[in-house]
Amino acid sequence: MSTGSAFNDEKGGSSSTGEPEYGHDPASGGIFSSDYKRHDDLKEMLDSNKDSLKLEAMKRIVAMIARGKNASDLFPAVVKNVACKNIEVKKLVYVYLVRYAEEQQDLALLSISTFQRGLKDPNQLIRASALRVLSSIRVTIIVPIMMLAIKEAASDMSPYVRKTAAHAIPKLYSLDPEQKDQLIEVIEKLLADKTTLVAGSVVMAFEEVCPERIDLIHKNYRKLCNLLIDVEEWGQVVIINMLTRYARTQFLNPNINESLLEEGGEKAFYGSDDDDEDDEEKKAEAAALAKRKPYVMDPDHRLLLRNTKPLLQSRNAAVVMAVAQLYFHLAPKAEVGVIAKALVRLMRSHSEVQYVVLQNVATMTIKRRGMFEPYLKSFYIRSTDPTQIKILKLEVLTNLANETNISTILREFQTYIKSMDKDFVAATIQAIGRCATNIGEVRDTCLNGLVQLLSNRDELVVAESVVVIKKLLQMQPEQHSDIIKHMAKLTDNIQVPMARASILWLIGEYCEHVPKIAPDVLRKMAKTFTNEEDIVKLQIINLAAKLYLTNSKQTKLLTQYVLNLAKYDQNYDIRDRARFIRQLIVPTDKSGALSKYAKKLFLALKPAPVLESPFKDRDHFQLGSLSHLLNTKAGGYQELPDWPESAPDPSVRNVEVPEWTKCTSRKERKEKKVEKPFYSDSEGESGPTESADSESDSGSGSESGSEESGSASESEESEEESESEEEEEDEEEERTKKKKKIDKIKPKKPESAESEQSSGEEQKRSRKGGKERRSGSESESEEESESESSESESESEEESESDADTKKKKKTSASKPPPKQTKKESKRETKEMSLLDLDDFEPTPSPQVTPINNFLSNSLVTDLEGLSLTDTVLAPTTIAPSSSVRMHELLHRITGEGLGVEYCFSRQPFSPDPHMVAVQIQFTNNTSSETKSLHIEEPKLQSGMRIKEFPEIEVLPAGESVNVVMGIDFCDSTQAANFQLCTHTRKFFVSIQPPVGELMMPAFLTENEFKKEQETLLNGQLMGMNEITEKLTLGEKCQSDHAIIERVTATANLSRVPCGSDKEYSPPPPPSSPVSRFAGKTVSSGSLVLVTVVRKEGGGAQLTVNCEKMVIGTMLVKDILQALTQ
Amino acid sequence: MIHSLFLINYAGDIFLEKHWKSVISRSVCDYFFEAQEKAGEPDNVPPVIRTPHHYLINIFREKIFFVSVIQTEVPPLFVIEFLHRVAEMFQDYFGECSEAAIKDNVVIVYELLEEMLDNGFPLATESNILKELIKPPTILRSMVNTITGRGSSNLGETLPTGQLSSVPWRRVGVKYTNNEAYFDVVEEIDAILDKSGTTVFAEIQGVVDACVKLTGMPDLTLSFMNPRLLDDVSFHPCVRFKRWESEKVLSFIPPDGNFRLMSYHVNAQNLVAIPVYVKQNINFFDSGSSGRLDITVGPKQTMGKTVENVIVTIHMPKVVLSANLTATQGTYTYDPVTKILVWDIGKLTQQKLPNLKGSLSLQSGAPKPEENPSLNIDLKIQQLAISGLKVNRLDMYGEKYKPFKGVKYVTKAGKFQVRT
Repeated sequence: MSTGSAFNDEKGGSSSTGEPEYGHDPASGGIFSSDYKRHDDLKEMLDSNKDSLKLEAMKRIVAMIARGKNASDLFPAVVKNVACKNIEVKKLVYVYLVRYAEEQQDLALLSISTFQRGLKDPNQLIRASALRVLSSIRVTIIVPIMMLAIKEAASDMSPYVRKTAAHAIPKLYSLDPEQKDQLIEVIEKLLADKTTLVAGSVVMAFEEVCPERIDLIHKNYRKLCNLLIDVEEWGQVVIINMLTRYARTQFLNPNINESLLEEGGEKAFYGSDDDDEDDEEKKAEAAALAKRKPYVMDPDHRLLLRNTKPLLQSRNAAVVMAVAQLYFHLAPKAEVGVIAKALVRLMRSHSEVQYVVLQNVATMTIKRRGMFEPYLKSFYIRSTDPTQIKILKLEVLTNLANETNISTILREFQTYIKSMDKDFVAATIQAIGRCATNIGEVRDTCLNGLVQLLSNRDELVVAESVVVIKKLLQMQPEQHSDIIKHMAKLTDNIQVPMARASILWLIGEYCEHVPKIAPDVLRKMAKTFTNEEDIVKLQIINLAAKLYLTNSKQTKLLTQYVLNLAKYDQNYDIRDRARFIRQLIVPTDKSGALSKYAKKLFLALKPAPVLESPFKDRDHFQLGSLSHLLNTKAGGYQELPDWPESAPDPSVRNVEVPEWTKCTSRKERKEKKVEKPFYSDSEGESGPTESADSESDSGSGSESGSEESGSASESEESEEESESEEEEEDEEEERTKKKKKIDKIKPKKPESAESEQSSGEEQKRSRKGGKERRSGSESESEEESESESSESESESEEESESDADTKKKKKTSASKPPPKQTKKESKRETKEMSLLDLDDFEPTPSPQVTPINNFLSNSLVTDLEGLSLTDTVLAPTTIAPSSSVRMHELLHRITGEGLGVEYCFSRQPFSPDPHMVAVQIQFTNNTSSETKSLHIEEPKLQSGMRIKEFPEIEVLPAGESVNVVMGIDFCDSTQAANFQLCTHTRKFFVSIQPPVGELMMPAFLTENEFKKEQETLLNGQLMGMNEITEKLTLGEKCQSDHAIIERVTATANLSRVPCGSDKEYSPPPPPSSPVSRFAGKTVSSGSLVLVTVVRKEGGGAQLTVNCEKMVIGTMLVKDILQALTQ
Repeated sequence: MIHSLFLINYAGDIFLEKHWKSVISRSVCDYFFEAQEKAGEPDNVPPVIRTPHHYLINIFREKIFFVSVIQTEVPPLFVIEFLHRVAEMFQDYFGECSEAAIKDNVVIVYELLEEMLDNGFPLATESNILKELIKPPTILRSMVNTITGRGSSNLGETLPTGQLSSVPWRRVGVKYTNNEAYFDVVEEIDAILDKSGTTVFAEIQGVVDACVKLTGMPDLTLSFMNPRLLDDVSFHPCVRFKRWESEKVLSFIPPDGNFRLMSYHVNAQNLVAIPVYVKQNINFFDSGSSGRLDITVGPKQTMGKTVENVIVTIHMPKVVLSANLTATQGTYTYDPVTKILVWDIGKLTQQKLPNLKGSLSLQSGAPKPEENPSLNIDLKIQQLAISGLKVNRLDMYGEKYKPFKGVKYVTKAGKFQVRT
């Protein structure tokens, strides 16, 4: 408060020094009186040359707008200042402009040119703000200008400007819906954007402009799933809601089989819960489907569930709710439970949040009671809760009640009944009634309790009890005639019409149980008939009719009397009813056939009412939506579609995803990875999966490898081989083709599916073309396909890289020595190669061997790690980080007493510290007992070296292995890092010595940049100091470019520099280029390492290494030489 | 999404309006006033009100209704969460979110709202970014402005970079001479005790609030001695979730200044220590329209710490006209209008148990209340996290200097209610 008042004073002070103020303080009330004068004065200030005066004027004008006062007559004076240099004035003018432009269209046009200029500004923020204001001006005449601006901004360099463009789309759409088609094009373009900044905004635009165009999502689906965690929170909400709808159209109901088993069982218990017909239908359907095939979750479906789950931990209630509804609508029954905890957490938030969450929980508890049962107590009601919250909590408690917890719940209810809040008490009584109808065991207890309430002092409570008791009695009236009698007595006291009516109905309905009392009640009622409410009168007539039919002797006259009174009632319903009943029950000559059945008509057995929750069946609205909350469709609500009845053919979906779009999403992700990942620390998760996959792969890989057994002419066969493998994977989903019999079917990752789809297809297609043209040399044919496929620069660059990868793979498999001698080695090699292919997702058809699917799962993991906000155009090429993973032994299992430790340089950036080299360590416990608390102690390091230890592994069960990642800063030296590896019993001295090639990381340069850097390195110091050149003769197996590339990148963690004028861009395959360039940086100090290999005629070559660090340079030359000459 | 926003004070004056799309007449608020009247208490105003053409989603905070106008389907929580974020931003900027503060700074408020939403969709809601765009008012700056006659400038001179960086919640170029990082572990006990003092329901909610003033781009890692205690957690977006999943450490690049790092819920299996006990006896008599009240509060499981700031609040039934009580410790007040009895006890000591005793006078002729009012207890224990949670260490990477680090623990009563 003190600061506030301090401000106040200050403000007053400042204004008094300036111009005379009129009504600056809204409380002063001078606003109206001095309106004219005030405006004149403001105009003067706006026309002055001094920015401070202008600013002061604008502030006052904005304050007027904020209070809702009209300031439109100042428009001409204000709009002149739109080009004002002062950024503060400018901003306020923008505020004014956006507010009044719609009213003063002609004058507003004066400002447009300023914004058009702004759109061309070199500063991205100015471009963005110009677009923002331009698109906010609701003037139809500038629609074409806006359209143009949006289109341009959508392909802007800056993701921030693109985001603004996405925001502008719905603005333009609301201004002129006819632009829809053009806008959809822009949306389509922006959907393919790879930055998290844009993702949320463009999906928002999608939802507003073309939510029905679900087909636009296909190609971006996986990307959106993967980006999700890094999108800002508001965008997350929109994306998750949209993806929920998407998933409902594309995947199968995961509960399709379970519903068959579970619902049957559940129904027996909670029969009242589900609509019978519906259920049966469902069951039949489910049974039919279940017969057809067992349910296998689409990997994409799984991807969505997995990627949204962490968001349950968001601080933003809307995000949590969005994930919760996604799980509720999409997840298999067994998994929905995870959302309960998060929703219960939201209940501690603001009361508005509680209100919305409770509404949704209430709906959920009807379908999935078990989920919230453990949290029953969190729904207990406090006397300080607002009434609306209390009633919702009550609803949830009622839904949660079952045989086991009913006694606790009833005890709670007892406390509530005493509350001072009468609305709440009434609701509690209803709740008790519902519990009693749903759970037979407690019916009598509840009934007794309610009867006691009949003597309550508060009339509302009594009335409510009567109504509920009436409903309960209908279920078993025979046993409760004493209660009916008791209630009959109440007619003297209770005034609430509904309650009176209920009692009368009860007595009439069960008059044979209370034969003596009933006529007496009628007598009393007849006396007061004229003073009763309509609803009571109707029931009196009913009672009379029923009594007349059963006991006409006693009540004949009374009935006549009542009917006569009713005949002259003011209400026509009552007159009508009286006439109708008289005809029916009083036998006359004219009375028709119906009167014979009067008894049957009136005294038919009526079914007991079902007390059900008002939240029943609300879940046909998407949970968390406004429509769900209101239980009516809100404008713009998108129906949540039902699950497709039969399995959507996955291949159909594959076709819908054209390959080129895939490649974009693919590429993006790859680029993502290059960026320093912010959330890259997923080692914990990625480690184990990676290893598991690669292991299983290595097995299959070796198999195919051995079959291939090495000649180039057989390469096609090898292709066949891998293809068939892929198709097998496909089969798993399609169940159509049958081919070979390799039996490894493992839990698939979504990524693998992706690869299957496209790679499989690509192959099929491309093989046709590729085969014919294929010459003897593989590499050539590959080049062909490459050039064929290149579409845009970046794409082809991308591709060239991935091609290089595949080639590498091919080469090695082709050039592999006969398998028997070096089986082990080949195994390892194939494994490496397959890892290479992680990212090898051919953007366009190409005839190469496609990767073996399962490895792709790896890339998913790395992708996930690498996702982050990218804001710059990224270096286009990258070598897959795990390209040459060679395991080294750290501790042999014999020396380690059963603990085997291997390590490799994973070539991933080590996120906690970019100056460290990431070392992936794999522990394998070969003993029969578990090993505990694996950790590192006493590192002995050279000065300057640092270690970031991996987190302690608490338990490693027997026979299992686990992967961890640690970081070591080697200070750009090849000195070994020594440390102790400790288990709970032993300590082992181990050391890790890095090959020089692992001390660097890829740097992304263009050819020109590369040359420039090379020059500066040369000129910077004495010529020759930084350059080492060696001549060599290439080894037999590395005559081709691709072999060279592969060898070099395997030796050192470098990236290939794309050559601008190289073969990859021109359609016909020219002879392969003689120069290959590679670039990298040392991890620790970041000094550049540049490698050039120039191929000469006749198998000779020249190797040049430029590096500031001479030692590194020399060692690198040695290593590369060795690799190339072998 | 969000079409317009109206700020309405308790008396029903619309004191600020802002439209992000075309202008909607303020008469739409009449529907809100109608609902407000029907609800009586502000707490009972339904957060979502349906009108023929619009939907009104509102929150009530700091005696101000934030009423937003919606035209099409939107997740209600999305709007509610956003409105709360707006209120927090005002709090952050002006030190308080009150009608006076908003009116005094109406231009800043308007600029803030302009930046926070674009066409009704949230644009910048991170305090760090907004503060780069729009400078919060400070006394010093306004003094300088007054002297130089530039008028109080509140727009950033430079363009913001935060939105463009990979760490959207932190601006670049942060500089401090004293580098400090403080963490407050605040735990609240939510409990319902029944008449006999047995626990019906109890749980512990905690938050870790941070005040980090560090130069550059520090990368912090906070670890706990006993992270297993934490059952359900939610994080500031800066926390790397994967890291928590695998290692149970909080790894993050902090925003600059104050922020809530995480909130958590302590594992339900752990029994909750209830630090105080309450003996109460409240009776209303049929005859003589009076009642008696006798409450004693004493320390129970306090882990050797002193219980401070103990306040007992009782919402009396409507028929209670006045209270004539004596307190052995602290002071009591009874507001006959709101019917709230507040007994401010202060510190609890083992030697002398504070007691409040006396008679209540009821409205004559009215029937005696059926239910005894429940007691709401407020308390505070310094230097103790009642769940036993302890911060193990805080490490910093990415910057060279040595920061000053501090951790503080506080236990408070949350919704702590004793039924009578």
